[in-house]
Amino acid sequence: MPFGFGGLICSIGQIILNICKERGFDTATSGTIVSILLIGISAFLTGLNLFNKIGKFAGAGSLIPITGFANSIVSPAMEYKSEGYVMGVGGKMFTVAGPVLVFGISASILVGIIYLIFNTQNVTLV
Amino acid sequence: MKKIGNQSICFDNPPTILECASIVGPKEAQGPLAKYFDQTLDDEFWGEKTWEKAESKIIKETVNTVISKSGVPSNKIDCMFAGDLLNQCISSSFGLRELNIPFFGVFGACSTFVESMSLGAICAESFAENVLCATSSHFCSAEKQFRFPLELGNQRPQTSQWTVTGSGAVILTKSGNGPYITHITPGKIVDMGIKDGNNMGAAMAPAFADTLIAHFEDTGRNPSYYDAIISGDLGYVGKDIVIDILKSKGYNIKSNYNDCGVLIFDKSSQDTHSGGSGCACCGTVFSGYFFKQLKERKIKKMLLIATGALMNSTTSQQGESIPGIAHAISIEV
Repeated sequence: MPFGFGGLICSIGQIILNICKERGFDTATSGTIVSILLIGISAFLTGLNLFNKIGKFAGAGSLIPITGFANSIVSPAMEYKSEGYVMGVGGKMFTVAGPVLVFGISASILVGIIYLIFNTQNVTLV
Repeated sequence: MKKIGNQSICFDNPPTILECASIVGPKEAQGPLAKYFDQTLDDEFWGEKTWEKAESKIIKETVNTVISKSGVPSNKIDCMFAGDLLNQCISSSFGLRELNIPFFGVFGACSTFVESMSLGAICAESFAENVLCATSSHFCSAEKQFRFPLELGNQRPQTSQWTVTGSGAVILTKSGNGPYITHITPGKIVDMGIKDGNNMGAAMAPAFADTLIAHFEDTGRNPSYYDAIISGDLGYVGKDIVIDILKSKGYNIKSNYNDCGVLIFDKSSQDTHSGGSGCACCGTVFSGYFFKQLKERKIKKMLLIATGALMNSTTSQQGESIPGIAHAISIEV
């Protein structure tokens, strides 16, 4: 089930990508549009209290793609709205997604440094 | 009142459980025990803006219900014991702040209901004519404090339990004609090193076994003495573990033992995995279901053992294990 659902989300992304390309957008812009739409849809479904019901049977299929990331930011924002917009929504929004951001960005910096070292020595990475 | 054995107390003039009341949330209202509760709610907010306020309202209204059902005016209640799961027991203190009754806040995690009744019974045996004991829990506020946001699309493991939304309240009185609280066995803290916050049943089961065996040894009773031995919220996982532990110690409790967390939800249709949990699990099931069984004399001797996991979200994140506790009261008509 998670495998199928993850595949379905990726297929939807691919369909959006293809439509964008047909309409004359370049690949990079089309990719951005796909991300924006999938994030928007999953944030909206989270707001309707539907995403957690999908996650119940879709498991990692809905959690691992960018949809899960959107859900992990919107859900604490909703939960902590009762503590106010500044310390509640603002302060708690990244309680779940925070570790992903910290270690994701750290990893990308690390990879970037490795790439830089090898690239300056004219070694091509496959 | 005297101490018997290592850790039990026997009452000379056993206090009576005069009246009980219970209010539960919407999910409990779809469960198999729905018809026994005084009131069931249509939604988790009950007209309030936050879950914390809703939980306070639930305990407040449950206490008001038990006061009006009992016919004891609130100025005749000498003291009250109450507690819940939220930080610093705010549901109880906020919910009961307008009552003008001397208040003892109690924390025993999910064992709070029986802990309150134990302390209340000791007061009723000594200075107090009437004592009020109450507890509450709320699925949404508990998830918020201990786990993840509700809308997060994660999955709950099969060992996890569903915190009961609701509140149970009882009034104990010095002079009544039963059901009586005849013995109490306060539990010791037992920590067998379970660290999984999604497996509370396993974390609390050894504490339950410890208290139950202590109760049998102190009182000289055996499992067949009781019509029902009921645990608070061990769930399906904890229930199986407990039966095995007791069997290995030479006690067979399989025929008359059950768990409030198992009884309150229908596992197959309500998707509650290992069953119900929370202070209100034991509180509502006893106040709603078992008290009526005792009144109708369908159960004459009952041992109620509420179990608690004495951890918070910080200790979980720091990788600490979960200390368990279990308090027992023997109730006889």
